[in-house]
Amino acid sequence: MVDWFQRHIPKIVLAPSFAAVLLFVYGFIGWTAWVSFTRSRLLPKYDIAGFIQYKRLFASPRWETALNNLFIFGFLFIVIAMILGLLIAILLDQKIRTEGVLRTIYLYPMALSMIVTGTAWKWIMNPGLGIEALVRGWGFESFSFDWVIDPKMAIYAVVIAGVWQASGFVMALFLAGLRSVDGEIIKAAQVDGIPTWRIYSAIIIPSMAPIFLSAFIVLAHLAIKSFDLVIALTGGGPGYATDLPATYMYTMAFSRGDIGQAASSAMIMMAVVFTIVVPYLYSELRAKHD
Amino acid sequence: MTNFAPASTFNAGSAGKWRRAILRLILLSVLVIFALFYLMPLFVMVTTSLKSLEEIRTGSLVALPREVTFEAWRTAWSSACTGIQCEGLRPYFWNSVQLAIPAVLISTLLGAINGYVIAQWKFRGANLIFSLMLFGCFIPFQVVLLPMARTLGLMGLAGSIPGLIFVHVVYGIGFTTLFFRNYYVSVPSELVKAAKVDGAGFFRIFWSIFLPLSLPIIVVTVIWQFTQIWNDFLFGVSFSQAGTQPITVALNNIVNSTTGVKEYNVDMAAAIIAALPTLLVYVVAGKYFIRGLTAGSVKG
Repeated sequence: MVDWFQRHIPKIVLAPSFAAVLLFVYGFIGWTAWVSFTRSRLLPKYDIAGFIQYKRLFASPRWETALNNLFIFGFLFIVIAMILGLLIAILLDQKIRTEGVLRTIYLYPMALSMIVTGTAWKWIMNPGLGIEALVRGWGFESFSFDWVIDPKMAIYAVVIAGVWQASGFVMALFLAGLRSVDGEIIKAAQVDGIPTWRIYSAIIIPSMAPIFLSAFIVLAHLAIKSFDLVIALTGGGPGYATDLPATYMYTMAFSRGDIGQAASSAMIMMAVVFTIVVPYLYSELRAKHD
Repeated sequence: MTNFAPASTFNAGSAGKWRRAILRLILLSVLVIFALFYLMPLFVMVTTSLKSLEEIRTGSLVALPREVTFEAWRTAWSSACTGIQCEGLRPYFWNSVQLAIPAVLISTLLGAINGYVIAQWKFRGANLIFSLMLFGCFIPFQVVLLPMARTLGLMGLAGSIPGLIFVHVVYGIGFTTLFFRNYYVSVPSELVKAAKVDGAGFFRIFWSIFLPLSLPIIVVTVIWQFTQIWNDFLFGVSFSQAGTQPITVALNNIVNSTTGVKEYNVDMAAAIIAALPTLLVYVVAGKYFIRGLTAGSVKG
């Protein structure tokens, strides 16, 4: 008995965590998936009723807005954060003496809660007293910057705050990548008289493909999960103009009491994450075993 | 090459020097402009929080306060309204502390022992278990909100701080296990074999060989978990009730409460108070914070 126990200690130690993950991750995903195929409203029902919730979901203009916003926000957020991050990383890579201080400044937003970020930018972009008033005060009387209250532009205000928060992190990823490129190759290229911008565009950046992928995965993941930022910055408004799938799901689950819609929208989010993350994780784990 | 430079070597060299100096100046200025972009919101938050409402209405967004007042800070800490209650952020700050400390400690401890098993005591299926735990880090938590709300109710933990601790531990162990597993995997397995020959058991080896090696990864994990849990909003807003809300939820309630005059200075002071603990950690241990961020994305 004691011997058996001794031999199986590692498994026994791991078992509670593994059981928790099985139940609270996979079991719960299963529950949500099941409920998304029922007629559940205020209370969950367990009789399968086919795709009725998904039909309701895709017939809803609010969900359509949320999905559109996810694509607009996700695309701009990822592209701008990557370009900005890469640009700053390359500039910082030129043997700057104050690099440490600058890096600290670029990255600190990542330590903040998205609620704090949203609160700060909501104030900065306040039409009456923020940037708009500031620029008007400089004499540009017709200047207008009221994105946070303009249904057409509000989602771009969310992009600004999101990029501000995450681009420093992308910079850190790229900077680490730039530093890991083989110095000998760069030296050889410099000896051959190849201009710096060519060294970057033809040698260094192509060799950082895995880092681009990592940055993309992290940013895409942040974009899909974005919830706090929208809540704090616009509350999903004006109206539901800045709803994202995450806020749609929350509204359905906790203020509308529509469990069926909450479950089906959560499953769509899950599916989006799944298609992005699984191939990545698979290749990562694959690479490690080989 | 400049066309008009005389062909003397001295002048060419000096022109090149000038060109480089100017380029560096431009480079530095661009970097400083970027730095200002990142610093601007923090600057605006701090200055706004030190102004009176009167000055905010009449003055400029980026001006320094003419008259520094800590009134907004006092209000934000002890009397701002988060709905019907008007006790400021103070009770919620302590909620977050009471929530974060146990959740960070428990999830880090579990991550350490799990990582130790997966990295050093490989058994059949260990890799599958690791992959399943890893994937759990990436799910959008919306997919578990509904069943978790019901489960917390069944456990009698609905709307309570222990309930939130439980949730953060459950969804934190994936990451903490990942951190420790990746750290311990580089420890040569001969070490464990030799210790076993010497008669040391599973816990003895963990306690006297692995833990003493682990300080850096413990710091990384604690910082990562603390930042995640302190800054969390989704779990906080879904699984708390009036009185047990964490600080992020209270901050959002203060900012978006619609009663009375909008006090922007109080909003900003409240936002800074909510941000201070994680900012402090970042300033003191930024190196480890960045390591956690990159370890979470570039798995080595």
